[in-house]
Amino acid sequence: MIDVKNLSKSFGHHLVLDDISQHIYPGEKVVIIGPSGSGKSTFLRCLNLLEEPTKGVITFDGTVITDPKAKIDLIRRQMGMVFQHFNLFPNMTIRKNITLAPVRTGLMKQSEADADAETLLERVGLRDRVDAYPAQLSGGQKQRVAIVRALAMRPKVMLFDEPTSALDPEMVGEVLEVMKQLADEGMTMVVVTHEMGFAREVGSRILFMADGKVLEEAPPAQLFGSPTHPRLKDFLSKVL
Amino acid sequence: MEQWPVLYQQWKQFIIAGEAVTPWQKYFVLFYQAFMEADRWKQYLNGVGTTLTVTAMALAMGVTIGVIVAVIRTSHAQQRPGRRNPVLGLINLVCRVYVTVIRGTPMMVQLLIMGMVIFKSSRNFTMVGALSLGINSGAYVSEIIRGGLMSLDPGQAEAGRSLGLNYFDTMRFIVVPQAIKAILPALGNEFIILLKDTSLITVIGGKELLYAAQGIYSRTYEQMFPLFGIAIIYLILVMIFSWLQGILERRLRQSDRR
Ligand SMILES: Nc1ncnc2c1ncn2[C@@H]1O[C@H](COP(=O)(O)OP(=O)(O)O)[C@@H](O)[C@H]1O
Ligand SMILES: [Mg+2]
Repeated sequence: MIDVKNLSKSFGHHLVLDDISQHIYPGEKVVIIGPSGSGKSTFLRCLNLLEEPTKGVITFDGTVITDPKAKIDLIRRQMGMVFQHFNLFPNMTIRKNITLAPVRTGLMKQSEADADAETLLERVGLRDRVDAYPAQLSGGQKQRVAIVRALAMRPKVMLFDEPTSALDPEMVGEVLEVMKQLADEGMTMVVVTHEMGFAREVGSRILFMADGKVLEEAPPAQLFGSPTHPRLKDFLSKVL
Repeated sequence: MEQWPVLYQQWKQFIIAGEAVTPWQKYFVLFYQAFMEADRWKQYLNGVGTTLTVTAMALAMGVTIGVIVAVIRTSHAQQRPGRRNPVLGLINLVCRVYVTVIRGTPMMVQLLIMGMVIFKSSRNFTMVGALSLGINSGAYVSEIIRGGLMSLDPGQAEAGRSLGLNYFDTMRFIVVPQAIKAILPALGNEFIILLKDTSLITVIGGKELLYAAQGIYSRTYEQMFPLFGIAIIYLILVMIFSWLQGILERRLRQSDRR
């Protein structure tokens, strides 16, 4: 579904991603772990071109998105993204946050989008907050709304960048629960997280990144059960 | 009130004749001379009208230029690296030169250049003055707007773009409405500066409030009352606008706490 070939990214002279090649298959749940600063966010942000790759080719559903002529807005509509700091629009109600993109891009009429937003909010238990503003929600609620906002575009793949890292511990569970539900429904997901329990339970494949490279990749049982790379062993001994 | 003209004539004759008058009588004569004689208050009133008109025109022009320049400069800066549009690059360069020149030279000098060089043959001094102020204000307003746009968390625009919204929808629905809130106090200050700077257009013959005062004291040779008078008028105008600005800002902040 997403094919990454020889992806490199530098900020100035600082090489952040070093020749990464990966393929993400439909329905896969790829979980990316690794120490901070290893390039996980940058990798994720290259997938929907929030960062411009310095080198390499990324193909999404047969379209070369790194091609300068690619219609990037059309491609991004099919890739949902959830940010660490939610990035809800504080000047809009929850309803407007969710319906703005589907309506403006012509995916739905306002009335359809409204009904759709309420159905989606119902699923994450926030139907009654549809007319609230983001400032009135807790962190966990904001992140659930952010997930719904991305889902409202009916994406084929969802990208999560540390979706629970900015949350108080008691709110982590409610967000992970929504993500698990999504995984069970068969959504293709790429998730950067420090939640090793989630990685183990939901991940179909774990990538361990350090220094801009994928140093090890395996299904969770193998990667957590018998890590081989010393950097991974070291990392796991610190986080587990 | 009705006997004021009589008293004025009488006491004025005393002063001319060198007879002793009380300070109160003397100030009454100066006051009457500065504001009442020959219906001079009408000249101040016309001056206020012109000052407000020039301010409004210059502000409208300043905001228009400011928005255009700010949009050009931010959209140039936000282009994806390696895919820069050369035409936009050129326009951006023009905008940068404009902002640098305007902010790097005194308002008074700009006015004189506009009035005495560029529009040398124009007789409409007030309009030339308003035009100069507008062009000047545009540079400052563009910097205010650019600052407001840049102060916004880049995550807001990223969230918009990641949903597939295009650049202009992202600006229109997400970035600009939030930036306006951040910009408003600075824009209010710019308005007040502009209001006071209209007094500078007298140097090229613009007929606003200061021009009225100058015209009057060049006849009476008494500067104190006309100058204090217009100082008080400027102060009152500024205080009214500061008060209105305060109300507007408080209202916007309320919607934040909702
Ligand atoms: N916009 C940027 N400009 C310059 N350096 C950046 C930028 N974004 C990330 N970096 C650098 O790239 C490296 C990897 O960052 P990131 O992808 O955020 O790592 P991670 O998500 O794994 O913590 C870090 O050293 C960071 O400082
Ligand atoms: Mg990160």
